[in-house]
Amino acid sequence: MNGYGGHILRVNLTTGQVKKEPTPADLARDYLGGRGFGIYFLLKEVPKGADPLGPENKLIISSGPLSGLLVAGGGKCDWTCKAPLTGGYASASMGGHFTAELKYAGLDSIILEGISPKPVYLFIDDDKIELRDASEYWGKGSMTVEKMMKDKFGEEFQCAVIGPAGENMVSFAHINHDFGRQAGRGGVGAVMGSKKVKAIVVRGTKSVPVADLEAYRKAGMALYKACKDAEGLKEWTRYGTTIVTSWCNEVGALPTRNFSAGSFEGAQGIYGQTMREKIVVTDKGCFGCPCPCGKYSKTKKYNSYVEGPEYETIGLLGSNVGIDDIEAVAQANLLCDEMGIDTISAGNVIAWAMECYEKGIFTKQDTGGIELKFGNADAVFKMIEMITKKEGLGALLADGVKKASQEIGKGTEKFAIHVKGMEQSAYQTHNATAMLLAYMTCDVGAHHNRAWAITYDIQVGREKVVPEKVARVIWLQHFRPMFDVLGACRLQWVELGIDRDLYVPLLEAITGIHRTWEDIEKVGERIWNLTRLYWARENADFGRAWDMPAPRFYEDPPKTGVTKGQYTKLEDVNKLLDMYYEQRGWDSNGLPKPETLQKLGIPQELVA
Amino acid sequence: MRLYVDSSRCSGCNACRVACSLSVFGENNPKKASLVIEPHFPAPGVYKVRVCTQCGDCAAVCPTEAIKQDAQGAYYVEFSECNLCEACVPECPEEVMFVRPELADTAWKCTACGDCVAVCGTSALWLGEKEAVAA
Repeated sequence: MNGYGGHILRVNLTTGQVKKEPTPADLARDYLGGRGFGIYFLLKEVPKGADPLGPENKLIISSGPLSGLLVAGGGKCDWTCKAPLTGGYASASMGGHFTAELKYAGLDSIILEGISPKPVYLFIDDDKIELRDASEYWGKGSMTVEKMMKDKFGEEFQCAVIGPAGENMVSFAHINHDFGRQAGRGGVGAVMGSKKVKAIVVRGTKSVPVADLEAYRKAGMALYKACKDAEGLKEWTRYGTTIVTSWCNEVGALPTRNFSAGSFEGAQGIYGQTMREKIVVTDKGCFGCPCPCGKYSKTKKYNSYVEGPEYETIGLLGSNVGIDDIEAVAQANLLCDEMGIDTISAGNVIAWAMECYEKGIFTKQDTGGIELKFGNADAVFKMIEMITKKEGLGALLADGVKKASQEIGKGTEKFAIHVKGMEQSAYQTHNATAMLLAYMTCDVGAHHNRAWAITYDIQVGREKVVPEKVARVIWLQHFRPMFDVLGACRLQWVELGIDRDLYVPLLEAITGIHRTWEDIEKVGERIWNLTRLYWARENADFGRAWDMPAPRFYEDPPKTGVTKGQYTKLEDVNKLLDMYYEQRGWDSNGLPKPETLQKLGIPQELVA
Repeated sequence: MRLYVDSSRCSGCNACRVACSLSVFGENNPKKASLVIEPHFPAPGVYKVRVCTQCGDCAAVCPTEAIKQDAQGAYYVEFSECNLCEACVPECPEEVMFVRPELADTAWKCTACGDCVAVCGTSALWLGEKEAVAA
């Protein structure tokens, strides 16, 4: 099938059976790939009420029709499952080279099912597919294992590996690849750990067919040319995502000391410019990317190498825990990667624990003698280790900030910064109503990448609560995640500002099917509604209350910084939701109306 | 004409290798590319790229004279004349002369077409005249 590897690989870990099935043509037509395949299989095959860490949950790993081809940034891989962190939908997007390798091995998706009786890794070398004993790797760090596997099998093999946190089923464990790229959010690494799969190793040597070779080469080359001609290429390549750190600090969007403020007095020490000068050694790109945002760094203080830190990590493991030293942030990043936990959730939940400590809710007795104050980098390093091992206070934090705050009580829920149980990523939203709404309604919890609306807030007036903002969020939620469906990166469009219509002839030349962006966004809307239905199916009380942000953003304005005294009133939070539900065709409790589902052509088999 | 590389600018993205396999074989398959990127991670965190210098050592040993020179001075393999003997492979000082019978029924190498240069976003690759060889 043009543009596709052509097969779905099912791996039954309970029985050890591996089986390849042809990728259904109608699945590719209606859901395209990536996140689309993920939600389709999740709804269809994982039974209602499945334990996220039990044998019924499945880990669905998918490339897309743009992956592995002559497409700027065609290196995105989607990891979908029921989320141990939230009990709802998880879809984590991973860059690097893994997704391209899947295609060359003739695969569009891998579906991990059941639970293996012993630790294994999945070995794929074209058509040679085996589950192999992983006892020599179990217990080791994710990058240590990746290096062992590269040494054993060679550089042509791509590896996705969990760390000890995944093995211990920490609820925000991630999956590591290419020494610093991750499927990061929602606990996908815990699901892989629950199945006792330490790693997936893949090499493919097959060619991926396309519908019209010459048109494809021409359209692919045009996309690369547009990226190379873009004005922002040089600065973007130099700083990557860290380019926004200084801007966020200036506009009061940099999460500081558990989101209590949006500007950080020590921000200069963690700016992208500081990082570039002090620690960056190499620009590191994902597959096919002409504008590599990955920065590979070497710290002097810790004598360590790490990919990153990215902006989100700087926000959460820097200013949000009060650290102003980029080397310390990089070291915390490295520890998270090696142990296998998401830096965003880790920085968020540690900051919550720090606030609890500074308020006297936790004492040294609770922390095991650690002075858990904002700014203490050694305390952060230690907490990462304790979370990984579920040791002492780490056991509480390993469940995520929602559950931890519910267990502790004492008003700590009010400064537990999450939506639906997922820790909020690195944008302060006291006074940025579109971004606040984006977090509230994001399909996995408080994650930024579905609708990065904060620049729109600044553009149109950050405190405004108007239908235009809601419409913008909805449009972004349809359009941006479609890149995760297509298996490519959105940053060429977002950061370099290339014309998105360049993708239209490219996708057509690859798949042989003409689609406009309007067509593609319709698929995005269908997927968005399906993910909503999944949340409702899995949680009997799912509805409006699940979309509420952390009370801090409507009750507890910053006492310092450029957004001092600013917040969003609770009535405006509710107004945002009212407008959002109405524009989406959902009822006042935030559930899709039957006519909306009908209009979107959602098949009954998926919603029954 | 030959290909030049500054490895310190390479970000390891492999766009060049996709473009190369398309140019040489008309296929999406970087395993059939004519240049090599060696990642060295986690330490020291650099990429080393190997490209053809168009030195012609491969052509000099080819028993069937399948490796020919074009008007710009670049050597290319005439696929129909290659007998997969592999004589060229050990002669290549950059290890970018390829024979992998499981992938292709011919040897292959860089033709200095420049498609890799066109997609390289970090300007790590460029085409230039071959350096003058000292007498």
